[in-house]
Amino acid sequence: MANKHVITLIVNGKDYTLSVEARRTLADALRDDCGLTGTHLGCEHGVCGACTVLVDDKPVRSCLMFAVQAEGCSVRTVEGLAKGDALHLLQKAFWENHGLQCGFCTPGFLMLAAGALEADPDLSEEEIRDILSSNLCRCTGYQNIIKSVCLAANEMRACPPSADR
Amino acid sequence: MSAIGRSLKRLEDRPLLTGDGCFAADNRADGQVHMRIVRSPIAFGRILDIETDEAKALPGVIAVWTAADIADLPPIDFRMTRIAGLEPYRQHVLARDYVRYVGDPVAVVFADNPYIAEDAAELVFCDIEEETPCLDATADPVAFMPERDPALLSEAAVITKSYGDMEAAFAGAAAIIEMELKVGRHTGVPLETRGALAVRDPETGVLTMYGAAKVPHYNRDSIARMLGLEPEQVRLSEGHVGGGFGIRGELYPEDVLVCAAACRLGVPVKWVEDRREHLMAANHSRDQVHRIKAAVDANGFVRGLVDTFYTDQGGYVRTHGGTVSDLAAALLPGPYLIPAYHVEGHIRLTNKTPSGTYRAPGRYETTFVRERLMDAIAARLGLDPMEVRRVNLIPEDRMPFDRGIEALGTHVLYDSGKYHDLLDRTLTRIGYQDLKADLARRRVAGEAVGLGIAFFVEKSGLGPHDLVTMAVQPDDTIEIVTGAASVGQGVETAMAQICSDVLGVPIERIRVIHGQTDRIAIGFGAFASRVTVMTGSAVKIAAEALRDKAIALAAPLLQADVRTLTLEMGCVVSRDSGATIGLAEIVAQSGKDLDAEGLFRADHMNYPYGIHVAQVRVDEAVSGIQVERYLVAYDVGRAINPMLIEGQIVGAAAQGIGGALLEEFIYNEEGQPLATSFADYLMPTCHEMPPVEVLLREDAPSPQNPLGVKGAGEGGITAVGAAIAAAVDDALGRPGLITSLPISPRRLHALLRR
Repeated sequence: MANKHVITLIVNGKDYTLSVEARRTLADALRDDCGLTGTHLGCEHGVCGACTVLVDDKPVRSCLMFAVQAEGCSVRTVEGLAKGDALHLLQKAFWENHGLQCGFCTPGFLMLAAGALEADPDLSEEEIRDILSSNLCRCTGYQNIIKSVCLAANEMRACPPSADR
Repeated sequence: MSAIGRSLKRLEDRPLLTGDGCFAADNRADGQVHMRIVRSPIAFGRILDIETDEAKALPGVIAVWTAADIADLPPIDFRMTRIAGLEPYRQHVLARDYVRYVGDPVAVVFADNPYIAEDAAELVFCDIEEETPCLDATADPVAFMPERDPALLSEAAVITKSYGDMEAAFAGAAAIIEMELKVGRHTGVPLETRGALAVRDPETGVLTMYGAAKVPHYNRDSIARMLGLEPEQVRLSEGHVGGGFGIRGELYPEDVLVCAAACRLGVPVKWVEDRREHLMAANHSRDQVHRIKAAVDANGFVRGLVDTFYTDQGGYVRTHGGTVSDLAAALLPGPYLIPAYHVEGHIRLTNKTPSGTYRAPGRYETTFVRERLMDAIAARLGLDPMEVRRVNLIPEDRMPFDRGIEALGTHVLYDSGKYHDLLDRTLTRIGYQDLKADLARRRVAGEAVGLGIAFFVEKSGLGPHDLVTMAVQPDDTIEIVTGAASVGQGVETAMAQICSDVLGVPIERIRVIHGQTDRIAIGFGAFASRVTVMTGSAVKIAAEALRDKAIALAAPLLQADVRTLTLEMGCVVSRDSGATIGLAEIVAQSGKDLDAEGLFRADHMNYPYGIHVAQVRVDEAVSGIQVERYLVAYDVGRAINPMLIEGQIVGAAAQGIGGALLEEFIYNEEGQPLATSFADYLMPTCHEMPPVEVLLREDAPSPQNPLGVKGAGEGGITAVGAAIAAAVDDALGRPGLITSLPISPRRLHALLRR
């Protein structure tokens, strides 16, 4: 198992050069090698979605992807969502609408919603619900998560974020 | 404006939204090694040998322990509800002589990275002589560990409670109703699995465990006792906690192992469990069978109730002792008068994962039992189910109501309640008669739709006391230190609101420190919906003391009489001169500390109450149940932050729906758990969730604390099983059909074919 691969991940716009075993998951590489612990592991078998990050703008379960598979890809995690002190509209909406309790699932929901709304800003509430049903939350009962994402979607349509990511 | 009663945004949220939280697995220390548990693959058997040589030989492995390596460690003791006779059933940190469930820790591996630790764990071979597992708590008791102690049977204890004249109750009965009711095995399943990092400071010798939760002070004392350390040599530190629900933060074998290993290996030790382990190792819950017999009169009034129940305790009795069974026994009568009651609760060991508390322990189960009985009475006597409840509800003029039995060593005294009033309000809110007519029309049109309503009484605010300290800081913030814990429910915000209400300081200038054993001498943690009641009251007392001290110190500074001074918006103000001085300024000018303590004691719990309403549609073709509408009416005495309370209620309702329809730990006949992933243990997603309405009431404040509050953390789950079962009966037009939870498609399919 000592065979290691040197890879470069571009995470939130920054290059990280890592030496990893082929079996190392993207989630572990982000958390332990890049020190970005905002990505959480809730099940490590691809059901709960707490580890959702954007890889080349698409939501993926980082527990089900090997770090070597993400070589050269642009990875975005929850740490990259706010611009300095300015929270992303999704983060603001979660805060204002009590869309989180323990906060463990929150990064996954935020990244899932961010990826979905960037791909299609005009998602209906039903489509949003459908997409969000791929992640688990054990605290909120989802009501306020859906409300937060729908309200953020409205705001994002009203003032689209700048293209720079 | 008062800070109490406002839906303020939470103080906790920002780091959780930006990825700056610090959950158990986010802790790290230089030189840390990683721990991996080797778990029994067998449900029940005698350990002949555990072969560890191959694992030890793997490069990167530092140590492998079996029970023989830590023979000096005692079993994990009870934190609550110690009942005579339970001691022999406690769990050792690593299995000795026998394994008693699949997942029972038999060995532990330490390695320099988690991947190698996991590789090495797979190289440990357990030679176990299999025995026939016991998987039915209602079957005759069998030997707990046959060869070690053939006389020790799997019935650990029987809890009996009784009041009233049962003979008279049955002698004059118009009808006698007997039922067997079962609630399946499910549990909290927080989204963050368990984890810990233990670090021993080589200079001071102080051992710190990060990743603590729920009851840090109690666990500090237990860990110290087990490891032969003084309590001041052990420190527990809580970071962010990814959900608790009763199961997280109890002292588990793994917590003791990381601490023991940090001491003995002399390096920091980190452990993070995976989800499969979590589902077979962290406390399960529920899993009770009740056999009830009720004597009722012609109006449906319950004259007497006899219950014999069996709690499937799993492999060992853990920290909760007899808590779940005791609560079930004491609180089954719920909101009803029931003049005669006799209960016998059997705590039975089986070869499944050990059980403990899960949100509304004993109440989710017994509310299902009691409310199923109410519906059965209505069906038998041809009465409206709401009328049956009305004749049985404890009237307002009987409050406070003395039940005449004890729960968790405290007298059950319902402190306040307007039960009939809440029922009327709830029925008005849903438009009961119109709704029933509407559903009847839909049934005529061919839809299987129905309505279920269930009443419950919760309990909250378990004592004995709680302490907080409060101090004004040089930057003009206020620091509150409490021994309570936060499992994600918004403790910081709620405590800050109570403090702000007294001092007028905005909550953003109040910092709440919790879960740190080195910051405050005592703490009872967060369980039993106790924090807002106990800690909140202590915060109020401390804030009032701080206010008085601020005024006393300010008087000479403002050259004013204390009687002319008030505290407004965080400043002492002279009513005469209009002069003001801020709190930090008082400290600076007086040269004295501005701090205070608040200690609140409570001998009794208090009793919030509520009603759940479920409207469901059954799809008979696929045996599916869709919850169309859900309402929770809940009286919490006084609402500190309605938004947070509604969040608690809706989230709890989701868990209740999971337990009613989806979630179940199933075992095969060999005792192999079949639900050890999220693909098999199904929790509700947002697709399964109906819109949940909350009717939050403050009609019956608690007279037992200065805020009038009652706990809000559990009432959203308590009656879900009961309400959904009633709604399914109604939808199918088959009263009494549902006697067992969860109503999984498989079970409903079998019932529909009957």
